Amino acid sequence: MSYLDYSVRRIPTGFQRLAYINLPIIVILITIAAIGFMMLFSVAGGSTEPWAKVQMTRFSIGFAMMLIIAFIPIWFWRNISGLAYFISLFLLLLVEFFGVSGMGAVRWLDLGFMRLQPSELVKVTVIMFLASYYDWLPRNKVSNVVWTIVPLLIILLPAFLVIRQPDLGTALLIVLGGLSIMFIAGVSWFYFAISGLGILTFLFSTFYFRGTEFQFLKDYQYRRIDTFLDPASDPLGAGYHITQSKIALGSGGFSGRGFMQGTQSRLNFLPEKHTDFIFTTLAEEFGFIGGISLLGLYFLLIIFCGLVALACRDRYSGLVVSGITMTFFLYFAVNMAMVMGLAPVVGVPLPLVSYGGSAMFVLMVAFGIIQSADIHRAR
Amino acid sequence: MKDKEFDPAISARSMVRRGVLIFALQGIFVAGLAARMRFLQIDQADQYRLLAEENRINVRLVPPSRGLVYDRDGLLIASNVQNYRAIIIREDVENLESLLNNLQTLLKISDEKKQAIRKLVLKHSPFVPITVLNNLSWSNVAKISANAPVLHGLTADVGLNRHYPRGADYAHLLGYVGPVSDFDLKKRDDNDPLLKIPRFQIGKTGVEAKLERALRGNAGTKRIEVNAKGRVIRELSRQESSPGQSVQMTVDTGLQNFALARLGKKSASAVVMRVDNGDLLSMASSPSFDTNLFVEGISTNDYAALRDNEFRPLADKSVQGIYPPGSTFKMVIALTALDEGLIKPNEKIRCDGHIELADRKFHCWKRLGHEEITLTEALEQSCDVFFYDLALRVGIEKITQMAKRLGIGIKHNLPLSGVARGLSPTKNWKLKTQGESWVLGDTLNVGIGQGYVLASPLQLVVMAARIASGKVVEPRIIKRVNGVEQKIPNQLKLDIDPNALGIIRSGMYEVSNGIKGTARKSKIAISEISMAAKTGTSQVRNITSKERETGVIPNEKLPYNRRDHALFVGFAPYSQPKYAIAVVVEHGGGGSKVAAPIARDIMLRALYEKIPPLDAYPEEQRAKIAKRLKNLKLNPVRKPNSNKGNA
Repeated sequence: MSYLDYSVRRIPTGFQRLAYINLPIIVILITIAAIGFMMLFSVAGGSTEPWAKVQMTRFSIGFAMMLIIAFIPIWFWRNISGLAYFISLFLLLLVEFFGVSGMGAVRWLDLGFMRLQPSELVKVTVIMFLASYYDWLPRNKVSNVVWTIVPLLIILLPAFLVIRQPDLGTALLIVLGGLSIMFIAGVSWFYFAISGLGILTFLFSTFYFRGTEFQFLKDYQYRRIDTFLDPASDPLGAGYHITQSKIALGSGGFSGRGFMQGTQSRLNFLPEKHTDFIFTTLAEEFGFIGGISLLGLYFLLIIFCGLVALACRDRYSGLVVSGITMTFFLYFAVNMAMVMGLAPVVGVPLPLVSYGGSAMFVLMVAFGIIQSADIHRAR
Repeated sequence: MKDKEFDPAISARSMVRRGVLIFALQGIFVAGLAARMRFLQIDQADQYRLLAEENRINVRLVPPSRGLVYDRDGLLIASNVQNYRAIIIREDVENLESLLNNLQTLLKISDEKKQAIRKLVLKHSPFVPITVLNNLSWSNVAKISANAPVLHGLTADVGLNRHYPRGADYAHLLGYVGPVSDFDLKKRDDNDPLLKIPRFQIGKTGVEAKLERALRGNAGTKRIEVNAKGRVIRELSRQESSPGQSVQMTVDTGLQNFALARLGKKSASAVVMRVDNGDLLSMASSPSFDTNLFVEGISTNDYAALRDNEFRPLADKSVQGIYPPGSTFKMVIALTALDEGLIKPNEKIRCDGHIELADRKFHCWKRLGHEEITLTEALEQSCDVFFYDLALRVGIEKITQMAKRLGIGIKHNLPLSGVARGLSPTKNWKLKTQGESWVLGDTLNVGIGQGYVLASPLQLVVMAARIASGKVVEPRIIKRVNGVEQKIPNQLKLDIDPNALGIIRSGMYEVSNGIKGTARKSKIAISEISMAAKTGTSQVRNITSKERETGVIPNEKLPYNRRDHALFVGFAPYSQPKYAIAVVVEHGGGGSKVAAPIARDIMLRALYEKIPPLDAYPEEQRAKIAKRLKNLKLNPVRKPNSNKGNA
C-alpha cells in the first residue's frame, strides 16, 4: 500500500455514517421478518395472538438494537470480543446450574422479564472471539499446532456445555461456525483433512458403542438418527413428523393452497409448527414459489453479507462478518434440510421466521455487527 | 515479516480465496435445497397432495387389552368386556352444536352431559378421536348408525372396558381403573403414547395402580387411509399391540367374599394370612363398594355418598387403618420381658386392680384385681396390671424393638395404596413430634397397647403369623406376574428364644380354650384345629376418675365414634399353625364379644375351605350360629378346574 492509499481512504464519522448504512441487508431482513409474522399469524389460525404480536415486538426491539450496534465503531466490538465470549460462557455455566427446563432440555435462564437462551448468544460470541484472536495472532503462527489448539478450545468449551443441555443442533452450529473462521483465517488444509478423518472415526465409534455403557449420545438422540435414516421405523415419534412435514410441503405444490388455506401444517400433526417446523406452513400455503422465494431471500442476504466481508479492510471485520454469515447460513440450511427430510430432526429454528426471542435478538445483534463493520471500513 | 509467504497482502488474498470457496459451498448447498424443494413440491406434488387430501395417512394407536387378574385358584377377578361407545372426531364435525342437539334428541342425554361432552371435545386437538359416550346399549348403537347423516363426525365403535366380576369383593385390593387425568400425567414420569389417548383407562388405586406398567401392555399402531371427511377407507398396515401381563394374586375369592359378608355392615377389617409363606388369603375391609361403578364413570351423587359415609368405605382399613392395638399388644410386652430375662415363666405378679405411679392410678379392667398370677394366666385373662409391671421392667425402647421385629411400626412392602407404617413410639419420637419428653405413664399405656402405639390389621396379622411360626414371615399378595412365580422373601428365624415363643403360644391357647380365657366363648370345638388367640379392646377416650366412681359408661350408651375398638388376633390350628388372622371392628365394643366370633367364623371358613360345619362350634351355640351362617349374603364362587392344588 502506498502513502496515497492512506491519504485518500478514510473512515466515515459522525452523521456521515448514516449514509453508509447497508440498505440491501436491512430491506432483506425486514422482508424475511415480515414473512415470519405472516406465517405466525396463519399458524395461529388467523390471529396475532399468541405469537405474531410478540414476534413483532421482539423484531422491533432487535431492529433498534441492530441500529445502535451498527453506529458503534467496529474496533469497539473487537476490543470487547473476549469479554463478550467469557460472559456468554458464564451464562452457559449458569444454565448448567440454575437453568429452566422445557421440552426435555435445560436451555433457558429465567431473567424475570424474559427467558434467555445463552446457547443462542454463544453462537455469535464464539465467532467474535475467534475473529479477534486471529486478528491478534501473527500471521506466521496461524498454522502452528499450539496456536491451533487455543481456538479449538474456544469452540469446544461452549459446544460441550451446549451438548450437555442437551442441544445437539446448536452445538453443531457453534462448531461449524467456529471451524469456518479457522478455515478462512488460513489454518492449514492439513488439519482439516486430519479432523475430517477424525469425525469419520467418531461417527463410526458412535454407532459402534451404541447400547454399551460407553455410548456417546442419549438414547433419544440415537432414535432421532434412526428415524432420519428410516422414518418408517418410528411412525409415532419423529419419523411421523418427518413424514407429515414432507406431506405438508409436497401438498403445497407449485403455487400453494393460498394464505391461511393450509390444512396439513395446522392440524397439529407437527408439535413445533410455530418454531422449528414453520417452513412447512409457508411451503404449503405459498407452494414452491413461496419456498424458493424465502430461500432466495436468504441466499441474497448471504451474498450481501459476503460482499461486506470482501470489502472489509481489516482482518477482524473480514473474519467476523464471514463467521456470522456462515452461522446464518447454517441456521436456515440445517432447518430447511431437516424439514425437507434431508437431515435428522435437530432443534434448529428458521432464522428470523421461527417464533423465539433469544434467537431473534442474537441475530439482530449479529447483523448490527456486520453493519458496524461495513460502516466503519476505510473507503 | 520479511517471509514472503506471510506477506499481509498474500494472506489477505488467501482469506478471500478461502472465503469465496466457502461461499461457493454454501451456494451449492442452497442449490441442493432448491432442487429438493422442486422435487417435493413440483415433481411429487400430485402424490403428496393426494396423500394430504383424499387419502391422508393417519397413524392411530391400537390400545392393548389390559392384563387379566386372577385369584389364587385361577378365578378371573378383573377382566375386559366389550363396550359400545360413541366417538367424535372434531375435524369431521360440520357443526358441533347441531350435532350435539341431534345426539341429545336421539339418545336423550342430559343437558349436563351435553355440556361435559362439548367441553371434552373442545379440549383436544381436532383430529383426535374422543370417546364421548360409553356402554351404549345395542339399540342406541343402532340409532347412531341409522342416523349417521345427521351425526357427521360421530361414529359408534367397540372397545374394551375393565370389568370386575366380583364387584365389591376386591374394591380395596384390586382398586379400579379410570380415565387418565392431567394430575396423573403430572405425577408419573411416563412417556407412553397410550396416556395421550383421551380418557385412556389406567389404574387409579390398589393393585391396578401399583402394577399399572405390567397390566397396561404396549401400544400397537395401525396406519389407516382416511378420506377428506376423515372416514376410514382402509387399513394399510398394523402392528399388533401386546396385551398387558396377567397377574395372579394370593387371595382366595371364596374366603374374601365370606369375610366381607361376615363383617357385614360394620366398619371393620379382617385379614387372613398363611403362616408358612405369608400369602394373604383375604383382606376384607368393610363396608366395601362396587368398583364397576368407577369404571363406568360414577355419578356425583353416588360418589358423594361413598365419600361422606361415616364408615369410610373408600378407605382400605386393612392396610390404611391404624388403631391402638389394645391387649393384642400384650404378646409384644411379654416377649420382650421373656427375651430380656426380666420375668421367669413361673414367676407370679400380684394384681390389686390398679397400680399407682406418680399419684396417678392405672386401672386393671377387673376392679377387684386378679390376685397372684403367672404370665400365661395374665395373657389368658388379659390382666392389665401384670403388663404395666412388665412394661416398667423392660422400658419403652426394648418394647419398640420387639414390636418392630414382630412387624408393628414398619411399613410392609405390598403393592396396595397407602400402606400405613403404624407407630412403635420411642423417646426420641415423642420429643421430636410432641415436643415433650417421655414419661413413665406413657410406658404404662403402651404396656396395654394404648397411648402412642398404633397398628394396622395387616401388621397385627403379621405379628400373629410371626409368633405362630417363629419366623420373619413377610406378607405377599402377588403370586404370579405373567405366569412367573413371585419370590417369597427369605424367612429367617425370629431372633427370639423359642421357649419364650412357646410360652406366649400356650398363653394364647388359654385365651381361646382356658376356663377363664377372654375368648373362651368363641372357641373352636374340635381340638385338632383349636385356635390360639388374643382379644383386645382399645379405648379411644379417657375414662375420668369421676366416671370410675359413678361407674364406667357402657359402650352402647356412648356416641358411635367414642366407643371402643374391638380387636382380635389369632392363629390355628394351635398344634400346627396354618393360618393367622386379625380382625378389627372400629368402635365395635369389646374384643371378646364382637371381634372374636367374627374371627372364629372366618378362620373356620379358611380351614375347611367351605362354609364351616356346625360340629366345629360348641354345642350350645350351634342353633344360633346355623341361623347366622344361613343369613350371610354370600356371592358363591364357581371355581375353575385349572390351577387348583398348585396354590
